[in-house]
Amino acid sequence: MTRMMIREAILETIRSEMRRDPTVMMLGEDIVGGMGTAGGPEAIGGIWSTSTGLWEEFGSNRIIDTPISESAIIGSAAGAALAGKRPIAELMFADFVGVCMDQIWNQIAKFRYMFGGKSKCPVVIRLVYGAGFNAAPQHSQAVYSMMTSMPGVKVVMPTTPADAKGLLTQAIRDDDPVLFFEHKALYGVKGEVPDGDYVIPFGHARQVRAGEHVTIVAMGMMVGLAEKAADQLAQDGIGCDVIDIRTTSPLDEEAILDSVEMTGRLVVVDESPPRCSVAADICAMVANKAFAALKAPPAMVTPPHTPVPFARELESAYLPSPPKIVDAVRSVLAYR
Amino acid sequence: MQLSRDELLGAYRRMATIRSFEERLHDEIAKGEIAGFTHLYCGQEAAAVGVCDHLGDDDFIVSTHRGHGHCLAKGVEVKGMMAEIYGRATGTCKGKGGSMHIADIDKGMLGANGIVGAGAPQAVGAALAAKMDGNGRIGLSFSGDGACNQGTTFEAMNMAVVTKAPVIFVFENNHYSEHTGPAYATATSTDIAGRAEAFGMKAWRANGCDYFDTYETMREVLDYVRAGNGPAAVELDTERFYGHFEGDPQRYRGPGEIDRLRAERDCLTAFRRRVTEAGLLADADLDTIEAEVARLIDEAVDEARAAPAPTPAMVLEDVYISY
Repeated sequence: MTRMMIREAILETIRSEMRRDPTVMMLGEDIVGGMGTAGGPEAIGGIWSTSTGLWEEFGSNRIIDTPISESAIIGSAAGAALAGKRPIAELMFADFVGVCMDQIWNQIAKFRYMFGGKSKCPVVIRLVYGAGFNAAPQHSQAVYSMMTSMPGVKVVMPTTPADAKGLLTQAIRDDDPVLFFEHKALYGVKGEVPDGDYVIPFGHARQVRAGEHVTIVAMGMMVGLAEKAADQLAQDGIGCDVIDIRTTSPLDEEAILDSVEMTGRLVVVDESPPRCSVAADICAMVANKAFAALKAPPAMVTPPHTPVPFARELESAYLPSPPKIVDAVRSVLAYR
Repeated sequence: MQLSRDELLGAYRRMATIRSFEERLHDEIAKGEIAGFTHLYCGQEAAAVGVCDHLGDDDFIVSTHRGHGHCLAKGVEVKGMMAEIYGRATGTCKGKGGSMHIADIDKGMLGANGIVGAGAPQAVGAALAAKMDGNGRIGLSFSGDGACNQGTTFEAMNMAVVTKAPVIFVFENNHYSEHTGPAYATATSTDIAGRAEAFGMKAWRANGCDYFDTYETMREVLDYVRAGNGPAAVELDTERFYGHFEGDPQRYRGPGEIDRLRAERDCLTAFRRRVTEAGLLADADLDTIEAEVARLIDEAVDEARAAPAPTPAMVLEDVYISY
């Protein structure tokens, strides 16, 4: 075990997979940083420090610093994958999917199916997402729900350094396209990371807290908030079964259903807007498959159906928080 | 450079196969035999064949919604394609893609594409993969005068130049983007290649209705790109004999336009005249090829009609490799 931050776990995983497999390559804006400037290559090393030093080790053929051209980044990754490589494409902000949606939605996600299973497209798209930095409506969004509704891609959201390593290793080795969502507020989170080869298969949730009174399902940044809420509720003798789903597609339905069968109560915490969200999807799934076990209607803690606002007070009001989760848990427990 | 007899016969066979394939689809679609949207390549055969005759299976192309010609020129199998367009389980893509989405990775055909302009960056990516391997392979994007107005095409050309990707942008200017003329829709309507030059790459122009002009031009282009000089572009002036899609009433055509194009700009007629007048091939050689091609297309249609439809269970297959 080595103690490190999530951003370090991501960088080390990319580095070790590139050493292990010569077909792995990476593309993105400023992933080298400083190209064509007086400061020179590696003057920045990637604005999230998740690619520092890779260009120096692997060179310009495998670490491709790109113009600000998201369609060309994702489209190139798609073409390179069809041509036998394993590209990792970085979207500096997940919000930029709007610029390159066609290459994800109509291209990468559909190749295998529309070509009758005779192609594979092992692209990893790393999307840096999430609110909490007063980055305003176009640099703060949690777009994973929208992407989860898309057949043909897998959607992954690590919340710990160990999960970041295990899930990213799986993503790079996976033969299907993977959208890998990295929350900017989690990059500095530290934890123990297993040394050596470490792979976490997709579709397996992680139990974060054990409890018998209510099931809290969360993902990404929301997991930490759910843990804080669970700690507070524990002081009042309320036991929360907190589940980090880790991948929204595929979804570990069994882990969620098993927990709800035990607790009879469900709160889903989701950073994306509520309509057609992962939270809504999970509530519907539980209502369909565990209706008899439910003692209260499933509850969702999500932002409102608005863009992400800029000002501190507005963004705090927008985001889910431990007190909002505590309130939701108390209301489902109070339901008769 | 003088082509051998076999090379000439092969080129004619490939062009005649595309022509016959497309003319037959036109007839069968009119009878209601085939579902969906089909965009025929008739008239442009010399472009696809003149380009692809320089490529091996390990070179990569991406194509367009008007992609049958590119597929056939790149070596995708006729019967599989016909079955695919008929929506059969035996089709190239098991009936999942249809006319607009034929791909055959083993042949270096990375996919026809229903989204205009989507292929250009994918060709850059395939070229970057080839550059990583350093084996002289190239990526090539076929697109039309319509796709030259898509932002993806500009992004792809810029990125190709800055990454020195061994990629070729082939613009087949057939003078119609769907139902609209370049004089209206394309700011530099008489010079698409100039757009590529503006991005800093070398560009060529050729008569896309003349196999020999296209072929000889592409030889220079391929030599240039395979030598590691970075990307290049080619504008091929060509003609579309049918509508944007089958069923298009083509009210935008001028009086007698199609008759005139078929009389003056037919690449098969031009090829035949050139090789017979030069005494390289006899009319009988070309007639034999046409008869053989006609038999192959007959067989392909018969087999497609008789082939099994996909089963409902196949809806669920091939979404993921593992899920």
